[in-house]
Amino acid sequence: MKCRKCSQKAVLNMRQHKLALCREHYLEWFPQQAQRFIEKYRMFGPQDRVLVAVSGGKDSLALWDVLSRLGYQAEGLYIGLGIDGGLQYSSTSHRMAAHFADSRGLPLHTVDVQGLEGATIPVAASLTHRGRSKPCSVCGLSKRHIMNKAALDGGFDVLATGHNLDDEAAVLFGNTLNWSVGYLARQGPVLEAGDGLVRKVKPFCRLYERETAAYTLLRGIEYIYDECPYATGATSIYHKELLNQMEAERPGAKLSFYLSFLRAKEAGFFAAAQDREAILLHACSSCGQPTSAPGQCAYCRTWSQVRERVDLALTPSQ
Amino acid sequence: MEPTERLRYNALPVQRSMSAILRLRDKDYEVEAGMTVRDAMLRNGIQPESVIPTRDGELITDDEILHEGERIRLVAVISGG
Repeated sequence: MKCRKCSQKAVLNMRQHKLALCREHYLEWFPQQAQRFIEKYRMFGPQDRVLVAVSGGKDSLALWDVLSRLGYQAEGLYIGLGIDGGLQYSSTSHRMAAHFADSRGLPLHTVDVQGLEGATIPVAASLTHRGRSKPCSVCGLSKRHIMNKAALDGGFDVLATGHNLDDEAAVLFGNTLNWSVGYLARQGPVLEAGDGLVRKVKPFCRLYERETAAYTLLRGIEYIYDECPYATGATSIYHKELLNQMEAERPGAKLSFYLSFLRAKEAGFFAAAQDREAILLHACSSCGQPTSAPGQCAYCRTWSQVRERVDLALTPSQ
Repeated sequence: MEPTERLRYNALPVQRSMSAILRLRDKDYEVEAGMTVRDAMLRNGIQPESVIPTRDGELITDDEILHEGERIRLVAVISGG
């Protein structure tokens, strides 16, 4: 197959766009697309300070690379979760993120969960009801809280994550199956800032996961290839596989699903739920971050419980 | 050549072992050479949308024909949790 632009050998065929490109033209096309979506959804401008949440995986490193190439003021945030799983998952992912930052002279901020709260994510999960079966819930909760705090404390204008179209379509699919209207109302390329909440953006929200992977490979970016050991059997991966079955038969199905949702949201389909979400927010009595119920937020409740149990375990019995 | 001899001649095993390998994570799939990478993936239940095929470290499109004895590495692209 030949490149649409120059007739050289293509390296990627994007069936949903009827577009095949060679290495050179793909590496031009990909950042142009990201720039297009940054502008279309008014995510941020050249004067804004952007904090990029980096996990050491392909999407977040590709995002940081693209934003740097486009000339944005992008700094990285890595959160050490303390996950080993026989793969030294966290230490390897940290090494990838640090190597990327060092090799490009970009600033990387690191927050270690154990240093901050006294336990790793797997230990915390094992000590709370929220995470007994799997640590993903405690992990997601902690990452959201820490990312928000780091962005606010660091004076950043916006927090950018590497969520791609497959991530967005899978979340949308799950929330639609459950008719989780509150979550549907919050989903989108931009989550506006609120009291105690930094603005969040997803510049890759319309780029397929294959496309971000191809970009990372073609740019020679080293990333952690192994999946998080706790992601095995995750519902989001199952939903991605289902959507990919549809995509194989009908190229563009995932993109169409997501864009139709955005149009429906724009037309006000979820306006009532959006209003309810906004009205119901309270400030956490411990950390001040917004929470849906009065009192402590879920993050502070969970980690208070973890600290109590860690302390109990360390107290010598009489 | 007698008809019976001709039949015997035609029945000789002229085909060689024409296979290639698709490697996805730690698993090898032995597939027929001569077909496209995409067809080989579909026959083995691998979703083409979930991988990127590479030949000798270079990305290739999935309409490429598999050569005898070659090894195509499929880079898994799905992540999440």
